[in-house]
Amino acid sequence: MHSLRIADRSPTPCSPRRFRHQVPLHLLQFPQSRLRPRIQVVPLHLLQFPQSRGFDLEFKLADDPKIALQRYGRYLYDALILFCPSVERFGGSIDLAAIIDFFDSGHDLIIAADSNASDLIREVGNECGVEFDEDPLAVVIDHISYAVSETEGDHTLIASDDLIKSDVILGSKRIVAPILFRGIGHSLNPANNWYVLKVLSASPSAYSANPKSKLSTPPTLIGSAISLVSIVQARNNARILITGSLSMFNNRFFRSGVQKAGSQTKHEKSGNEQFLTEISKWVFHERGHLKAVNVKHHKVGETDEPALYRINDELEYSVEIYEWSGTSWEPYVANDVQVQFYMMSPYVLKTMSHDKKGLFSTSFKVPDVYGVFQFKVEYQKLGYTSLSLSKQIPVRPYKHNEYERFIPAAYPYYGAAFSMMAGFFIFSFVHLYSK
Amino acid sequence: MATVTNTPVSDLLKSFKLKTKQQELLIRVSILCLVYILAFIIRLFSVLRYESMIHEFDPYFNYRTTLYLTQNGFYDFWNWFDYESWYPLGRIIGGTLYPGLMVTAVLIYRILHFLRFAVHIREVCVLTAPFFASNTTLVAYFFGKEIWDTGAGLVAAILIAICPGYISRSVAGSYDNEGVAIFALLFTFYLFVKAVNTGSLAWSLASAFGYFYMVSAWGGYVFIINLIPLYVLVLLITGRYSMRLYIAYNCMYVLGMLLAMQIRFVGFQHVQSGEHMAAMGVFFLMQVFYFLDWVKHMLSDTKLFQAFLRITVTCAVAVGTIALGLGMLSGYISPWTGRFYSLLDPTYAKDHIPIIASVSEHQPTAWSSFMFDYHILLFLFPAGLYFCFKRLSDATIFIVMYGLTSMYFAGVMVRLILVATPAVCLISAIAVSATVKNLTVLLRSKNKGVLTGSTKGSSSSKASSKALLDQSQPFQKNGAIALLFGAFYLLSKYATHCTWVTSEAYSSPSIVLAARGAHGNRVIFDDYREAYFWLRQNTPADAKVMSWWDYGYQITAMGNRTVIVDNNTWNNTHIATVGRAMSSYEDEAIEIMRSLDVDYVLVVFGGVTGYSSDDINKFLWMVRIGGGVFPVIKEPDYLVNGEYRVDKGAAPKMLNCLMYKLCYYRFGEMLTEYGKPPGYDRARGVEIGNKDIKLEHLEEAFTTSNWIVRIYKVKPPNNRW
Repeated sequence: MHSLRIADRSPTPCSPRRFRHQVPLHLLQFPQSRLRPRIQVVPLHLLQFPQSRGFDLEFKLADDPKIALQRYGRYLYDALILFCPSVERFGGSIDLAAIIDFFDSGHDLIIAADSNASDLIREVGNECGVEFDEDPLAVVIDHISYAVSETEGDHTLIASDDLIKSDVILGSKRIVAPILFRGIGHSLNPANNWYVLKVLSASPSAYSANPKSKLSTPPTLIGSAISLVSIVQARNNARILITGSLSMFNNRFFRSGVQKAGSQTKHEKSGNEQFLTEISKWVFHERGHLKAVNVKHHKVGETDEPALYRINDELEYSVEIYEWSGTSWEPYVANDVQVQFYMMSPYVLKTMSHDKKGLFSTSFKVPDVYGVFQFKVEYQKLGYTSLSLSKQIPVRPYKHNEYERFIPAAYPYYGAAFSMMAGFFIFSFVHLYSK
Repeated sequence: MATVTNTPVSDLLKSFKLKTKQQELLIRVSILCLVYILAFIIRLFSVLRYESMIHEFDPYFNYRTTLYLTQNGFYDFWNWFDYESWYPLGRIIGGTLYPGLMVTAVLIYRILHFLRFAVHIREVCVLTAPFFASNTTLVAYFFGKEIWDTGAGLVAAILIAICPGYISRSVAGSYDNEGVAIFALLFTFYLFVKAVNTGSLAWSLASAFGYFYMVSAWGGYVFIINLIPLYVLVLLITGRYSMRLYIAYNCMYVLGMLLAMQIRFVGFQHVQSGEHMAAMGVFFLMQVFYFLDWVKHMLSDTKLFQAFLRITVTCAVAVGTIALGLGMLSGYISPWTGRFYSLLDPTYAKDHIPIIASVSEHQPTAWSSFMFDYHILLFLFPAGLYFCFKRLSDATIFIVMYGLTSMYFAGVMVRLILVATPAVCLISAIAVSATVKNLTVLLRSKNKGVLTGSTKGSSSSKASSKALLDQSQPFQKNGAIALLFGAFYLLSKYATHCTWVTSEAYSSPSIVLAARGAHGNRVIFDDYREAYFWLRQNTPADAKVMSWWDYGYQITAMGNRTVIVDNNTWNNTHIATVGRAMSSYEDEAIEIMRSLDVDYVLVVFGGVTGYSSDDINKFLWMVRIGGGVFPVIKEPDYLVNGEYRVDKGAAPKMLNCLMYKLCYYRFGEMLTEYGKPPGYDRARGVEIGNKDIKLEHLEEAFTTSNWIVRIYKVKPPNNRW
């Protein structure tokens, strides 16, 4: 199956975390159960896209009494998709803590909320660093960049093209058509989570409010502070996609044409399919996944790795970095990978050069300070999994026999000492035996 | 004495019979042998009570380095850069220790192995201190003989063999520098006094080498290099300048200085540090003296000489002062170190250097510990001084000065009782020996008749006692007997006291604690070793352990893990950083711990067992030392009305700082004593104030069976923020 293929491709132990356990790759998905029955059948495209890429999908209803994420302490799935915005309680053993644990142990997550999102989904979002609009009936409204549709005056269907600029996250092919969105907005809470990023943000004219009632107080969420779709990549490189709209996964949205208000161009097909396919590739680590292998360091002119260095040694450091292309590990190419020689603060910080085959290397001189240093590579680049390598290496001072034995500056002193000795000898001789 | 008989057997016997002199020699040698053995075996209490193990804190470092020396040889030892301590700074071991002890132990080890005794290096280390204590008794004998007579020498040997002041630092297992250093100290002094007495270059050369050994063994050599110049100065002032002194001092100083520079840790301090300048000044003064003597010899005119003297002395003093001032100003001569200051001014450390004041052995000495360590010697010491003053010679002046200065230092710092002990024993020995000798002479002279009494010894004191004796003939014999019995009683009391002190107080290894149970049975708390063993077995090999510096040596030696700070308190800032982490709130502390890559935190807690020298009782020092470098830590924050409390009335910062949390985590639910509420701290006798302790960034990893050592693991940072 798929997992075997992956295992063949990544035999090294440094392969991405998700391929380490050679269990079949499952995606567990919760279509909405009784509350909004139509959704059960609607997102046909969505159901196809991961399957066509070799994932095993398992569908469960949110109130299925037997659903569980793990059995005997091992996770059954590699990723979880929650399409149940209004579920108050899951059946089986899943609750907020279980979802968080699932994520914290390195698995991926797609969460779709909607207006009327339940407290549970809000809390999951909260744990991931986003806050949905507190008003349960609020949706994102935009009177300027809405999608032109049959119903005149409905400005809750938004056509947004304010995407994050990252080829890694969204694929190299530009998403031309605007993306249709209808649902609840959220804001990022960086105090709660450093790793959350806006992928699709609302236009400056958007605001979040209940369209049915009259706006009495200014809305709390306004403008481009509203995030429509956000992603999180945590410390352990697990990835989350959070969106406030379930309907953006809808087949109708996938297929329908889109025309942004005030714009003449009418796109045959909305950007939803391309956007969601590409970003799901990112979430499922098909793109933007780096691995570093073969960390090596040695003195210049040698090949063996020493147990410790001496101050002022010349050394070479190298590491191989590969990027997962979705099918194979390709050499990673970048000019901004830096290595630190670190003891409480970096003493050396050098950008490594690469040979286009994935080998990054540099050479530098050990500083004139002894202590326990670390080679550190802290590589965090937008969209990529973060690389955090550190290797401890002590640096010793000179040994007693590594100093220069005779230094020219001291010759006067040598001369003084020896002439003194000779003079004393002669003096003693003369003093004792003269006369 | 020998009786005349005719039989061949008795002839044979007669040839075996010894003359009085030989008899005396035999007795003396056998006494010395017995003392030698006694000095060794009295120090074995700890081995019998516990086991053959290294004691305390510093000895663990010495043991670890000795082990390294045996395994890797001298050059690796010399160049050893230890990255397991003082993370991440590391420590150059070879350049920051006195190698004398380790080299001595390894030498003994090698000799034993050469003789095919397959002993382990640990046994050698354990028994090094007793062995050197035995050797010290021999030196004391010779020293006593040099300054007074053989009798005083013998008594001195006996007294020093069992004196608690010395035993406290030299029991088996107390593998510390002082163990060999006291031997070296006394030996150097003996050789120097011998050199002064004889004026021989050979002796003074020997004393230079003795000094070299002392420098290689202990930082206390500074005492020698200051006492000897002081002594020389006193001799100069009192007009006892002689060629003997000139030879002895110059040779000893010049050679001793050159030799001492060979020790890496000392290096150029001999010519650069303020502590050594007195010796140099006296050295130059000696030359001036010699020169003046020569000029005086050449000039017959006294008036001319007076004028010359005035000019020379003024010039010499001026040049000396200018040189010293320039040296100080240019920074070439370093000022006195804090330790040295605190010796001269006992309050200095308390105000300026909390790290020195925090060490218990640096505290001013309590009166009781003088009584405890010296017993009757405390009363015999002034008597001995009296005798010394009565018979002033170059040698007695030396011992008087040694006794008085070291007594002063012993009063300033508890640990320096050790340095004073040989002097006290020697001076007391003079008192005992002289008194007993006078009394026995009295008794004998009574028997033989008054006139034949004075044959040897100091004639003046004898004459006076004789004069006295002539007047009060009837009581004199009884009085003498009574006094002899009194002396015997006191000395036997001294012996029992010493044995008792050794067995009860000074033989505890302090790493294994012993207590009496409710039924009088012996309870052993082996928690330290339990914890270190746990560390060794259950943590990654490169794990970094943060603890207060007291436990650093033990963690590296027994737990084999990297520590942040240890007992070699060379970097005050680093220690203060740890002190700051311990006295901060948990979320501030975690930042510090992350910056130091700390994986585990180890605290010592005595609340369950009533062990009082735990981290909570040491905590105020952490606050002080931390606050000395980081002013955000303020001592009053941890006190309530100047009072240090851990109960409900404690300061809020105290109740929530990291150290409090780590010590009392889960303690609030524990019943320690019958009839007391849960969370009753037995070491401080109060119910703790914060029973509901939650840890956010740390988790309990291990707590020993009696809760004495608690180890916490630093959690990795949260996955999402």
